[in-house]
Amino acid sequence: MSEKVLMKGNEAIAEATIRAGCKLFFGYPITPQNEIPEYMAKNMPKIGGLCLQAESEVAAINMVLGAAAAGARVITSSSSPGISLKGEGISYIVGSDLPCVIVNVQRGGPGLGGIQPAQSDYNQATKALGHGDMHIIVLAPSSVQEMATLTGEAFDLADIYRMPVMLLADGALGQMMEPVDLEAKEKRTLPPKDWACTGHGGKRPYNVVNSLYIQPDVLEKTIIERFKKYDEIKQKEVKYEEYLTDDAEIILVSYGITARIAKTAVKHARTMGIKAGLFRPVTLFPFPSEQLDRLADKTSVKTFLSVEMNMGQMINDIKVAINCKKDVYHFGRTGGVIPTPDEILENIKKYAAVGGKI
Amino acid sequence: MNNLIKSRIIIIAGHYGSGKTNIAVNLAEAVAADGKRVCIVDLDIVNPYFRSADNVKELSTLGVRTIIPEFANTNVDIPSLPKEYYSIFITDEYSIVDVGGDADGAVALSADYDKYQKSGYIMYYVFNCYRPMTATPESALELLRQIENTSHLTFSGIINNSNLGTETTAALVEASFGKADRLSEISGLPVVATTALDTLDVLNTVPIKNRTKQLF
Repeated sequence: MSEKVLMKGNEAIAEATIRAGCKLFFGYPITPQNEIPEYMAKNMPKIGGLCLQAESEVAAINMVLGAAAAGARVITSSSSPGISLKGEGISYIVGSDLPCVIVNVQRGGPGLGGIQPAQSDYNQATKALGHGDMHIIVLAPSSVQEMATLTGEAFDLADIYRMPVMLLADGALGQMMEPVDLEAKEKRTLPPKDWACTGHGGKRPYNVVNSLYIQPDVLEKTIIERFKKYDEIKQKEVKYEEYLTDDAEIILVSYGITARIAKTAVKHARTMGIKAGLFRPVTLFPFPSEQLDRLADKTSVKTFLSVEMNMGQMINDIKVAINCKKDVYHFGRTGGVIPTPDEILENIKKYAAVGGKI
Repeated sequence: MNNLIKSRIIIIAGHYGSGKTNIAVNLAEAVAADGKRVCIVDLDIVNPYFRSADNVKELSTLGVRTIIPEFANTNVDIPSLPKEYYSIFITDEYSIVDVGGDADGAVALSADYDKYQKSGYIMYYVFNCYRPMTATPESALELLRQIENTSHLTFSGIINNSNLGTETTAALVEASFGKADRLSEISGLPVVATTALDTLDVLNTVPIKNRTKQLF
């Protein structure tokens, strides 16, 4: 008997959440992530948990803040327009140094956009999810299996570094069904939540959770401390995957669902004698800059091709990572259109032929 | 597959992700291959992705007419019923009704249960023991009864479509027989078929083709 089950990506996130010991879900419905609250609504009560449909995304994210301040594991999920609404609350959570998991099952934007898959919230997730000097950890799953394992990992990272972690998925990953091993994630050692507001009972000094610092020098100090933490995360938590990069001349950089299509295109290119490879960032923040830079240092590598479902948002991160040592191009579809392996292959041929000169 | 065509109107219902659409499409193709006029009705009011409407072109080349909601595949996420839907109650055409998942999907049937009763129908419950919410025969039965209660219609049989997607093996299909039998025992309904992809070649199963939309 197999230990795997057949699940939708959205369900895998929900089940992995429950298995991570999280008992609180706050959210507001939006396609294409509705299977997450649906699964939570059915299953949270069975484990003594709570799934609450808030009156809005703004309310939901502030419920997350409250639960996190009390030391609970807590999650919210939404899709692109809903994530924008949560932006303010996410900034407050960062400013309060609270752990939580935020899921974005991306759809086409801007505005209400569409309901088909997109990756056009890359810049928002990695650079501008809220006001202020801030980052959150961003994980990009590329299979239903990773939807489950990275959800568990997101909870651990949130608790270890006391900060929000986003699972940046897309409508395709959310809706597609694949076999999943729900026990695949390794356990990590977690620090005690001695900062949580759980009631001091007269036995310890009281804890304060707050993001308001009127004194500029005090606020500056908290920000500098937080950025030391970001440096530590950049050292310790970068995750990526390489495929046929050893002798590659053109390296595709792609994450999430698009990385799978890019992988198919790389395989086709290889059968045609084109030395193509794939570099897949799993963590978008921290971005695998050093690893990409090492690849760029290789004389065999001529060109990088960034492949995304957007108009070219990751391309600047690649250029910065490699100090523009090699040429970097972009190919993408946007607005909810998924690129085909053939389209990507055409672009591999186009840019491989010029060998980095165009 | 032809053994399952026991009524002019055949309703396919069950848990979402159990493989209803693939079963419905395979059934419709079997009826068409038998030289009969057949249509498939996409009655999914729950999910705008992965549905019968994905297969319109392929089905028309096989002689299967599709009745799909006006907004299907236009990305307008509105639960609406196709306007030609009611033609299935007045024609002599075979009609395969692909219902949305769970009891929520069965709501679409409930408004017209009397029409189904008058016209005559057969409703099959698609069972997949590798879907965690229906992994046990008991949980599958609970959902089966919920769908009956919501739709005001009754199931006539179980189609055991237990599969693990791309990782389905003959051994996994064989391992599902016991659970399907148990579901049959506690529900009082016969297992009318165990379906498996034709590429797997499993004994005592009805071979079906994979007609789900492949992303890449």
